[in-house]
Amino acid sequence: MSTGAVAAPDDVARPRRKRLSDRARAERRLAAMLVAPAAIVMIAVTAYPVVETLILSLQRADLRFPSANKFVGLDNYSAVLKAPVWWQDVGHTLIISVIAVSFQFVLGMLLALAMHRTLVARGLLRSIALVPYGIVAVVSAYSWDYAWGLDSGWIPKLLGLKSDPLSHPFGTYTAIIITEIWKNTPFMALLLLAGLALVSDELHEAAKVDGASAWQRFWRITVPLMKPAILVALLFRTLDEVRIFDVIYIFNQGANGTESISMLNYSTLLDRLNLGLGSAVSVLLFVLVAIIAFIFLKGFGAAAAPGGERA
Amino acid sequence: MPTRQDCVRVRRTIITVAAVLVGALLAGCGSSSSKGPVTLNWYVYPEPSGSFAYAASTCSKDSGGKYNIVMNLLSTSSDQQRVSEVRRLAAGDPSIDILAMDVDWTAEYATAKWIRPWPAALAAQVTRGDLPGPVATATWDGKLYAAPLNSNTEILWYRKDLLADIHQPPPTTWNQMIDDAAELAKMGKPHYIEEQGAQYEGLTVWFNSLVDSDGGGILTKSNQIIVGPSTEVAASIMHRLATSPAADPSLNVTEESQSETAFEHGTAAFQINYPFVWAAAHKDTPAIGKEMGYALFPRVNPSIAPKVSIGGYNLGVSAFSKHPQLAFDAVRCMIQPQFQRRDAIKGGLAPVLGNIYSEPAFIKAYPFSALIKAQLENYGLRPQTPVYADVTLAIQLALSPTSSIDPTSVVSTLRHEIKEALSSEALL
Repeated sequence: MSTGAVAAPDDVARPRRKRLSDRARAERRLAAMLVAPAAIVMIAVTAYPVVETLILSLQRADLRFPSANKFVGLDNYSAVLKAPVWWQDVGHTLIISVIAVSFQFVLGMLLALAMHRTLVARGLLRSIALVPYGIVAVVSAYSWDYAWGLDSGWIPKLLGLKSDPLSHPFGTYTAIIITEIWKNTPFMALLLLAGLALVSDELHEAAKVDGASAWQRFWRITVPLMKPAILVALLFRTLDEVRIFDVIYIFNQGANGTESISMLNYSTLLDRLNLGLGSAVSVLLFVLVAIIAFIFLKGFGAAAAPGGERA
Repeated sequence: MPTRQDCVRVRRTIITVAAVLVGALLAGCGSSSSKGPVTLNWYVYPEPSGSFAYAASTCSKDSGGKYNIVMNLLSTSSDQQRVSEVRRLAAGDPSIDILAMDVDWTAEYATAKWIRPWPAALAAQVTRGDLPGPVATATWDGKLYAAPLNSNTEILWYRKDLLADIHQPPPTTWNQMIDDAAELAKMGKPHYIEEQGAQYEGLTVWFNSLVDSDGGGILTKSNQIIVGPSTEVAASIMHRLATSPAADPSLNVTEESQSETAFEHGTAAFQINYPFVWAAAHKDTPAIGKEMGYALFPRVNPSIAPKVSIGGYNLGVSAFSKHPQLAFDAVRCMIQPQFQRRDAIKGGLAPVLGNIYSEPAFIKAYPFSALIKAQLENYGLRPQTPVYADVTLAIQLALSPTSSIDPTSVVSTLRHEIKEALSSEALL
């Protein structure tokens, strides 16, 4: 009931603001009351843990040795940054992210174009395309794990493999990346589809009259106008891939040199119970994510801005 | 447009909803009733045969209304069980009374003061008649911190028909077993040796069993690093197997259940695994079960009897339990011989009481009971240290994948990694 009641008066009330100020104030108070629980919950569940993580990352805090807790400044950060395993894991994560997102982008674009151009059963096709994204991440990871297994899976049988793909680095990376592509391409396609809707048909018609080929129209009209959507899609997917955890965890817990930063974070926090060191890894992962977002917005954002305004 | 009355109604609704929520929360918090038997929460893995549930309900009934044991089931993976338990213990959760603890966790839980040591008189009672290996796993710093419930040890399983083909007796050493496998491979017969080579706890068990069986060790009792020549011997055997025809192509992803499946599918000639595979093979693939033989864990050094790292579970009493005395009583009840016997015959769990091994009913279910008993008497232990989670992770990282082990550098790698693990201040 509140949505209708609060939203409606806005357009009507404005010209008669003075006369209705009492009511407006009451409404604002009501609005504040309605928002307050959500705001308080948000602060409790996001701000508090973030601050707590920052504080923990500056301490020696191992749950197994509570009496040894003390403030250690930036020691945890230097321990992380000096450890070869951190840099290896950053490497593993970036390899997976770059390859997976590239494929997701190309395939997602093709899927989006196909969905955009479809004349029949559009809604049904979009729903079908979204199925992989709708499957619970752990469930899809398990089904792929079985699919890749030498004894249980159809993939090794189909390819006539003699050894288990998940028992060596190349096979494991391939399996992880293909699983990620399968799972997340629909999401990419959906975001790009929203961008495609921004491109008006008239521009295409006009270009066609001027003799532009389909290829030219795609690169000169569709892509530039879609840039904001492309930026958002790539940024979302990249940030997600950089935090990759579930597939690797289910496949083999980071064996064969596929440990990601999130896996490292998990084992430090939950297996080793080292909250200080683990929090430092969390903060550094956050910094990495922030850097990537910054690069995207600086590098892409400037180019995308005019498109964004026009839309 | 909302009228003033609407607003009042909204406000009233909000207040009502809030009151209901707060009321529900308060009710949830103060739920313990003062009458009736005390609820003892037992955090335990889901034992599939229902033997634990039977012990819990029988003991609750027999307590004469003093306590009622409620099972809180954890994951089937021991790593996950530990994670579930320790995060509650670290937060001082008073709703846990009894803990099923993997034999490796004693030092960690005891050092962090998450579990209560058993009073000396009780300790003597609950370990009376127990085999020495299980008791050693439950002891830390000279005190008993948990009551041994069941044990486990890996032995060698082999295919009698295949060994007959090459006219060989069951192998007694690792090198002989790998040679036998190579010979079977040459004849085009099933020849894999099923071991647990995935990067997980099973890899540590394999490695530690080999090191101990060569007379070496990884840590001393006071947690000094040993990691001597025996670690090189052990790593060399693992590497030799991984790069020989005996290696299952899936070795790097193989855990206990994959070993069992591969053996049942008939691709393997040998298997190092726990006794559960015996009943499983007879049930799943009787043709393979019929040809299944068993022998002691192969030797590393021909002149030293094997020392296999034992597994199993002990029962500890949480330091945060509000009813420690009742919890001790309940544990004493649940480890009684009749329950251990039932666990063993119905659930395939090796008992810790030595006498059970000579009972006819047990020998019928466990024709290899003498081997198990021998290995539990001449036992090996994984490193006992409060930072075991770190140490085992360091070992797994240094040895996985087994085909890439460099036997010449592995000792220094292991020494370095384990040193980092013991400090508990470095990233692993």
